[in-house]
Amino acid sequence: MPKKSSPVALPAEPAPPVRLSVRKTYKLFIGGKFPRSESGRTYVVNGDNVALASRKDARDAVLAARVAQAKWAGATAYNRGQVLYRVAEMLEARRAEFAALGVPAGELDAAADRWVWYAGWADKIAQVAGSANPVAGPFFNISAPEPTGVVAVVAPPSLLGLTSVIAPAVVTGNTAVVLAPDPQVGITLAEVLATSDVPGGVVNILTGRHAETAPWLASHADVNALDLTGVEHADLAAELERSAAGTLKRVVRHRPGADFTGDPGLRPMTMLLETKTVWHPKGE
Amino acid sequence: MFEYAPAPESRSVVEIAPSYGLFIDGEFTSPAEGGTFKTVNPASEEVLAEVASAGSDDVDRAVAAARRAFGPWSALPGAERAKYLFRIARIIQERSRELAVLESLDNGKPIKESRDVDLPLVAAHFFYYAGWADKLAYAGFGPDPRPLGVAGQVIPWNFPLLMLAWKVAPALATGNTVVLKPAETTPLSALFFADVCRQADLPPGVVNIVTGAGDTGAYLVQHPDVNKVAFTGSTEVGRQIARSVAGTGKRLTLELGGKAANIVFDDAPIDQAVEGIVTGIFFNQGHVCCAGSRLLVQESVAEELLSSLKRRMATLRVGDPLDKNTDVGAINSAVQLARITELSEIGAAEGAERWSPACDLPDRGFWFAPTIFTGVTQAHRIAREEIFGPVLSVLTFRTPAEAVEKANNTPYGLSAGIWTEKGSRILAVADKLRAGVVWANTFNKFDPASPFGGYKESGYGREGGRHGLEAYLA
Repeated sequence: MPKKSSPVALPAEPAPPVRLSVRKTYKLFIGGKFPRSESGRTYVVNGDNVALASRKDARDAVLAARVAQAKWAGATAYNRGQVLYRVAEMLEARRAEFAALGVPAGELDAAADRWVWYAGWADKIAQVAGSANPVAGPFFNISAPEPTGVVAVVAPPSLLGLTSVIAPAVVTGNTAVVLAPDPQVGITLAEVLATSDVPGGVVNILTGRHAETAPWLASHADVNALDLTGVEHADLAAELERSAAGTLKRVVRHRPGADFTGDPGLRPMTMLLETKTVWHPKGE
Repeated sequence: MFEYAPAPESRSVVEIAPSYGLFIDGEFTSPAEGGTFKTVNPASEEVLAEVASAGSDDVDRAVAAARRAFGPWSALPGAERAKYLFRIARIIQERSRELAVLESLDNGKPIKESRDVDLPLVAAHFFYYAGWADKLAYAGFGPDPRPLGVAGQVIPWNFPLLMLAWKVAPALATGNTVVLKPAETTPLSALFFADVCRQADLPPGVVNIVTGAGDTGAYLVQHPDVNKVAFTGSTEVGRQIARSVAGTGKRLTLELGGKAANIVFDDAPIDQAVEGIVTGIFFNQGHVCCAGSRLLVQESVAEELLSSLKRRMATLRVGDPLDKNTDVGAINSAVQLARITELSEIGAAEGAERWSPACDLPDRGFWFAPTIFTGVTQAHRIAREEIFGPVLSVLTFRTPAEAVEKANNTPYGLSAGIWTEKGSRILAVADKLRAGVVWANTFNKFDPASPFGGYKESGYGREGGRHGLEAYLA
């Protein structure tokens, strides 16, 4: 500090250097990695270049989901529940980042609680959706739910909406390819998933135009179910549903403007489950 | 055979205070009448800590704290109660090594078991019931199931922290508050659990821990402001509790003794069956209510099976519970050792043939070598009474019908085992066994998702699974 009484004028102190922030690059989330679109295309959202997913990216994502599915379904329900609970923990930890993207605090709370809610279902859905069947004969007969396989999801834009379609799909052992309409919220959620012990390929998130990628998923022969919750236009939804009929995919119909704040009930899970019934004779 | 070098687990991960008070309304407090008792390490007889003995005034205080906490706790949204329980599950996971060592010190069970069985199951149980707290309307007990109020819970010494989890997790998930009394020989892990509740910021009074002996338990279950009594322990005490609760309108669940038959048919895979028999009776020193304490083996394979079993028993390592290679630890108390010793002497006196492998038992502490009795008949006391120690009674049978007849010839009905390669036989025999849990080609398997509990004089009500909620819901 120069003394006030100093007769010599000292040079002015240099202005503190301006620190440039390090920006995030928004890429796709496929197989646990964050690749750019193979097409090399991007589009601008809030000033950021965001990957514009192609048909090939969608097919890569289906492959990643298929590869991951057997092991994820084979993990214990307890393990899957803990992984989903970990997602809630990591989501809480990224509160500030979601707030900066415009996600209201109340919605983040609801999304974290929704992950916790579904975490608890992992080892309970079979106890509610399964049964011991009293058939009229000397047979042991039980029915138990099993995941349908790979689910393609056209997601709604909000964080709570995304959570409300991804969590019920994967908690039971399905894997998912998700088209996220808000790319920044979608990819930030992907970063949460990537740091939550969710195995690579269990959730894959693509950003870009639904109208371009969804038809490829709807007709893809290795996709077992199609969730159209986030499709806004009835015409597109109907066309996708018709396309899904080619391989008899299970279809969750679109719900434009759906409110996700209430109790979701069991349907979001049971729509993506098969029921397997096992018979075994009894006798000495 | 190779000798095993000592592989001791370090005690330094756990700090035991010289004395403990009662955990009431979120704080450790001194008992009104000032009594204490000592808890010892059964493997060395070393005193681990002095623990408060709760009198009737203390139980009053604990029940009053639980009553005050009940209103706000039951009014919380299920999702919020769930998050407290998830926190508890997580804290237990993070502290599981410390708690495993503590459990082995206070109980005498091998560290291998407290580390790989007890603690993982404890955390899993809280995790499982946490998930139910906000899903009760889906559990099949009506659209709006309500909690009962204050639960008085009394647990045994064989799986101290696991039995606490079985009691506390479903009670809290359904919106009840609890006063829990751990066994007088193993109070420490419950007192450490009080600290887990504190770490989780659980509201004061939701969980209260009162330590003491039988009198403390009697004050608790007879307390007029307790709405629900849950007890795990002996059939004799269970009967007394059922009598004392009669006419009060309190809800009651009891998980009592057992004398499980482990039935081995002639087509069973012998090596696998031998492992199951060993797990069935020597796991946790046989201090297991569902232990496979009666081996029923088909006559045609009895000789082969028994020689195989004896060979396997000779490899069991009995000794220091904190040694990671130990298979069979210390008997929990001098009292229990005396009971096992007495019944075994009666077994020999009544004419059964006693056999144990050669094994060096430590000089200090309470020990009993793994023991089998052959030539046991259904009239022998060792075939009828629960020994609750590492003692197996072997009986034989000729036909499946005879096996079922003998298996069911007991006032107990907790568990049973079936060993055969024939699936249809497993299912037919399981249908005929009057037991709450039937293991086929395995034994002593536990999971929070799987209901557990007995028929007949093994008690009533189920713990675990969706069914476990019912005991705590109106």
